[in-house]
Formats: sequence, structure tokens, C-alpha cells
Amino acid sequence: MTEAAATLSQEDYILFEQTKRKHRYKQFIKGMLFLLPSIVLFSVFLFYPLLRTIYLSFFLTDASGAPTVFIGWDNFVTLFQSSIFQQSIKSTFLFVLYTVPLTIVVSLFLAIIANEKLRGIGFFRTIFSSGMGISVAAASVFWLYLFHPTIGFLNIILDTFRLEKISWLTDPSWALIAISVTTIWMNIGFTFLILLGGLQSMDKYLYESADVDGAGYFYKLRRITIPMLSPTLFFVVTVTIINAFQTFGQVDILTQGGPQNATNFIVYSIYREAFTNYQFGSASAQAIILFIIILIMTIIQFKLGERKVHYQ
Amino acid sequence: MRIPLGRKIVTYFLLSTAALLVFMPTLMAVVMSFMTNQDIMTGSFPSAFSLDNYRRAFEQFSLMHYVINSLFVSIIIMIGQLVLSSLAAYAFVFLEFKGRDFLFYLFIATMMVPFEASIIPNFHTIRDLGWIDQYTGLTVPFFAMAFGTFLLRQNFKQIPKELREASQIAGMGEVKFYLTVVLPVAKTSLITLGVYGFLTSWNMYLWPLLATTNDSVRTVQIGLRQLQSQEQMNDWGMIMSGAVIVIIPTLILLFLGQKKLQRGLTEGALK
Repeated sequence: MTEAAATLSQEDYILFEQTKRKHRYKQFIKGMLFLLPSIVLFSVFLFYPLLRTIYLSFFLTDASGAPTVFIGWDNFVTLFQSSIFQQSIKSTFLFVLYTVPLTIVVSLFLAIIANEKLRGIGFFRTIFSSGMGISVAAASVFWLYLFHPTIGFLNIILDTFRLEKISWLTDPSWALIAISVTTIWMNIGFTFLILLGGLQSMDKYLYESADVDGAGYFYKLRRITIPMLSPTLFFVVTVTIINAFQTFGQVDILTQGGPQNATNFIVYSIYREAFTNYQFGSASAQAIILFIIILIMTIIQFKLGERKVHYQ
Repeated sequence: MRIPLGRKIVTYFLLSTAALLVFMPTLMAVVMSFMTNQDIMTGSFPSAFSLDNYRRAFEQFSLMHYVINSLFVSIIIMIGQLVLSSLAAYAFVFLEFKGRDFLFYLFIATMMVPFEASIIPNFHTIRDLGWIDQYTGLTVPFFAMAFGTFLLRQNFKQIPKELREASQIAGMGEVKFYLTVVLPVAKTSLITLGVYGFLTSWNMYLWPLLATTNDSVRTVQIGLRQLQSQEQMNDWGMIMSGAVIVIIPTLILLFLGQKKLQRGLTEGALK
């Protein structure tokens, strides 16, 4: 009798285990079905290309992009010895240096003045964020006109003040600045919108107690606003840096990498090497270098971004 | 608290000056698109207002064809992103299965791979699939989207667990729960993500440049590039009218959805 009960419970147990496993299996299939479309597309258009780019960077290729001769690290060695690539890296970093701090400072200024509760403030917010709706192609065309040597607005202004006209896009020492100005103008919309969001989500009571203490406007700005905004600022800085490294459209329309490679930023350099010179191996090596730079930036963002949770 | 008058005046002055500076390039382009080329070349104030530039852009340059291509491509990408992101977000929030956390980290990892660093193999893939000059080549690579998945995951998490339990007791399947409960509740986030997806797709530049070799599916951004490189230095009125057409749909979307977009992006970015 007791023996029978024991076997029965054992059978029950096995049955129970089986059902549990079946259930788990079913849950797994269900989860995968919901995720499958994303996983397939990420595999085909993201993970595979990344591995393939690493692979190609160790090869010479033919004009169709098929690898022909394995050459180890030669692509990288040649790149770092090439004066054109050195120039490209230098221009890219200079460009980041010119655009990122100015974009942040200008956007922060706009966000602060647009955070006041005034009549008609919505109009100004819309104007300041309008850059987000203007594509790189359109923005570049606008500035192509502004930089035009004879009929361009900037040179007309210089002319009215009897100053010497500037060859904005054809003078190697001005082209990088011209592209930077265009880029800052383009990026302000997005950065402004994020910073304004950060300002609006801040606690009001801190300001109220500061008001009670009789703190001045700039004191509050320096001691409350900026520190409280630091996580948002940090996010915006890293996103702007990453975007700057990925710049392409402005260069393609305004300067095509010239004059004398002064604006041949890394993405444009990859594009030219791969789709004009058909050097897919060397272009892949450059793509890997770009990937590593952006990877480092993203890791910094995640690592430091985690920390913000503690002091919020 | 009332703002003192002096500060009000200073703020309005700063706001107006900044607005004028920020909007100047756009404003000039709009004005130029209605000017005659003679006025533009001599740098004088507009002497006449005409729609001639727009007429020529549409007639000689088949601008409408590019606009329709862009609309089609952007809407397809938008829908693809909404479907794939919401499905993935649903799995991450409501389903429990082995390997879920691993997959979640894999999704995070995708944000570290810049598209620009993988264009070479992607171009070859599209070419080998015969997707060059096809709508598929312009749209399918962008359907899967980690940012959209996170944004919706954040939103789905706010749906009470009781709702799901009740639906399970009532014998409602996953698909029905996803379609009839989760999606309607997350409507606002879906709209935000949709607007964002449309904006970014409409403004895409590098990929459409590579994935099109003729006018059949070419988007309006690349059309504008053609226009300015063909017509450079002489027909500024027509170029500007093309540029204005390019920015109108996105500016309208932005003006309508600015508040929502701002809230959505800030949430997605900072949570």
C-alpha cells in the first residue's frame, strides 16, 4: 500500500517535471517568436556586417568587394603611415573639438532662456528646435548659399563692412570652420530639446528655498541648475560627440572632403576609399577604427551614466 | 511667482535675437525660393514674388516623384520599426523565458555599432540580394531598432501586472493581449516613436545615396543633392524651392508633435 503510494507520487513527480519542462519550452518558443524579426534583422544587417568588416580589414579585395589576398595588419599599418589618413584623423578630432563644446553651450543658453514661463514661449521653443526637422541635405544647401563666394550672405555682410571676402569652402584654413558652423547650426535643435526636457523635469522646491534665501539668478544657475542638469548634459555631450564622428552629408554637399583633404572626416574617407577607389580592405580597416572610437565613447556613456542614478 | 518687468524685457530681447539668428538660414531659403534668379544674383531685395521656381522644380526636375518615394520609404520604415519594436518590447516585459536577459544585453550591444562602420558589407548584401534600386533595400535594414524597443519597454512596464493576470484567467492569448490591451494603452509612445522614425527616415542621407543608382526609388534628399550639383552656381531659386519642399513635411510633424517628441526622447534617453 505504502509502496504503491510512493510509486504514484514518483510518477506524479515525473509528470510534473515533464509539464514544467514543456511549459518552459513553450514559453521559450513564444518569446523567440516575438523577438525573431528583430533578431534576424540585427543578425543580417548589424552583427554579420561587423564581423565581415573585421574580416575584410585583413584582406586586399577586388573591385566587387570579394577578399583576394590575406595581408594581416598591413591595411592598418599602411593607414597609420599614410599622410592622408593622418590628416583625416586630425581633421575629425579638430571637428569634434570645434563643434561639441559650442553646440552644448549655445543649446544650453537657448534652453535656459526658453525655460522661462512667458507668454508666447512656445513659439520660441518651436523656432529653437526647428533644426531637428531640417535634413542634412537641406541644411547643407542653405549654407552652401550663405558661404557662396560672391552672392553668399556672409560675404555680402563682410563686404558692407568693407572687410575682405572669405573663400569659406575653398580655403583650407576656413573650410573646416565652415563645416563646423553648419553642423553646430544643424545640431542645436535636438540638443536644445533634450536640455529643455532636462530643465523642465527639475524639482521646483530647490528654487523656492533658494528664493527664500534671497539667492540671485546667476547664483541659482551655477549652484542649482547646472549641477542638477549634469546627467542630461552628460548624455547630450556623448551623443553629440558620437554624432560628430559620424558626420557625412555636410561634407558630401559642401566640400567633398576638400580643399586639400581639410574636411576629409573619417566617414567621408571610408566612403571615398570604398565606393570611389574600391579599396574595400583599407576602407574596412578605417571602419573598424571608427567603430572602436565610438565603442569607447558609448562605454564611457554607459559607465558614467549608471552613476547618475545614485545622486539623483 | 511673478517675473520682474526688467528681467522680462531682457529675456524677450534675448529670445527674439536668438530666434532671428537660429531661423535666419531657413528664412532666407524660403524667401529666395520665391525670388527671381536675377534678384538673387544681384543681391537685391526681392522685387517680385513668384511661384516660378516651384513650378520649374516640379516640371523640369520631377520633384514630385522624389517626394512620393521618400514618403513611401519613410512610412514603410516607420511601420516596420513600430511592429518590430513593440513585439520585442512585449517579449522583454511580459514573457519569461531562458536567455531573455542575454538577448536584452544583445539588444543594448547593437547601439554600440554605428551604421557607418558596417556600410560596406551591408552594401554588398543588398547588392547580392538584388535590392539596389528597390524599396526593400532602402527600408528593411532599418526595421530592427534598439532605441524603439527600449522606449516601448519602458512604457509597457507601466501596465499593471493585474491586467495581464486577469487576461490570462479569462483565457486570452498572448497575441490578443498584445493587440487589444498593450498596444492601445501605449498609444502615445507609439505615436512618439512613429514620428521619430518618420523624421529620421525622411532625413536619411548616406544609405539612400549608396542604395540607389537611378531615379526609380531615389529619395528626395538625394534628389536635392542631384539638383544642387547639376544646377550649381546658377539656379539658386529652383535649388531653394527644392530644399523648402524637402523640409516642409518634417517641420510640420515637428511643430505638431514637438512636446510629445521632447518628452519621449528625454524618457528614452535618460531612463
